[in-house]
Amino acid sequence: MAQIQTQDQGGKKGSKKKRAKKHPTEIDMTPMVDLMCLLITFFMLTTAFAKPKVMVITMPEKDNQEEKSQPKISAERTLNILLAGNDEVFYYKGQPSPDKPMPRLIISDFSKDGIRKMLLNRNRDLFTKITEYRDKRLTGEIIVADSTFDNTIKQMKLDDKLGPIVLIKADTAAKYRDIVNIIDEMAICNIASYAVVDIGQVEVMMIHAAKAGTPLTEYPKIKVQVK
Amino acid sequence: MPKIKPPVSTPRIDMTPMVDLFSLLLVFFVLTASFRPQEAAMIDSPNSISEKQAPDFNLMTIFIDKEGKVFFNVDNGIDSTTKYREQILKKMAERYEMTFTPEEYDLFGRLSGFGMPLKDLKKWIHAENAEKRELLQVGMPYDSVDNQLGYWVLYSRIVNPRAEVAIKGDADANYMVVKEIMDLLQDNKVNKFNLITNMVSEKVGLEDLPPEK
Repeated sequence: MAQIQTQDQGGKKGSKKKRAKKHPTEIDMTPMVDLMCLLITFFMLTTAFAKPKVMVITMPEKDNQEEKSQPKISAERTLNILLAGNDEVFYYKGQPSPDKPMPRLIISDFSKDGIRKMLLNRNRDLFTKITEYRDKRLTGEIIVADSTFDNTIKQMKLDDKLGPIVLIKADTAAKYRDIVNIIDEMAICNIASYAVVDIGQVEVMMIHAAKAGTPLTEYPKIKVQVK
Repeated sequence: MPKIKPPVSTPRIDMTPMVDLFSLLLVFFVLTASFRPQEAAMIDSPNSISEKQAPDFNLMTIFIDKEGKVFFNVDNGIDSTTKYREQILKKMAERYEMTFTPEEYDLFGRLSGFGMPLKDLKKWIHAENAEKRELLQVGMPYDSVDNQLGYWVLYSRIVNPRAEVAIKGDADANYMVVKEIMDLLQDNKVNKFNLITNMVSEKVGLEDLPPEK
């Protein structure tokens, strides 16, 4: 107990002096405990939240490689996502070319029922596979080490032949938030292959036309700038 | 039969072991806590679900604020004896034909993020207080005319080849600025970026799959 025992000296014999009964001196610890509780909470929270989280993105090397070395991707699987700023996202399938009808530009947003729904739908097989595997691990049905788990998911993504190949293109009005959001959606939907690439002139025209309410039906004529 | 009298004194709880325990915990947390140094600008990073933690050292951080001003920070490596910052500043001074005194190198080594043309760096090092220091943070030039940021990145990578690059952009920063910075980094053969984000959890399961058509 936090109290100081005061020993009774026994008193001199025959002492007539009347002594007040001594109470042990006690210190009330409660305010101290209160203060410490507060301090501990403060330090616990600041240490836990101080560490920033990062999202790793690897860009293709920029060396002026020849066209040949770039991987060929099928237009059928290609999904273009155009970020137009103001939380507006457009997407279209395939690749615009002069001899084919123009792909239809569809407007979407970053909400739960927006672009995510479409991505999940397109990536159904891989998403189901990965989610089932993850759930099995969570429920303890299979027990694997972290590295094995990551490698299995990586392999699943490599083996995937059905999911979309997403090309993310940002317009000049796009904010940093948009690009982080869309890369985040890729992670949420377990998209196997995606890349952030430059926006083409045709795509900028497609966005402007779609915003004006007159979607392009034909491949636009691009004025070639004379240098 | 006489009634049993309850004791009159109020019950007391002995707080001493609790205080002991709390003191221990408090000492532990005080010692392990690492405070973040003051940052060059107020930056409100975007959210993501990523759970990966940023590396503690060997990290260059490029801050991009709402208006597109760019700041740079690089750490001293695994411990302060390596003095990477001083070495980087020495190379920069050589490149821009400036001279710094040993005290200035030492002070710079202990400071954190900065964003101003190199000619104003001396003023920033000698600034009396945090407010004056903040006034000098006008953003680092990174255009092709005067690509100081590029040289900071280049020399940081020469001095500390293990340094990774983190980009801490404001959610409202224009993507074009971020892209320019990324291009500049790619010119310096940096192809892997750590984008610093705030973590938010997002639960997406099989039930979120839209019904098959």
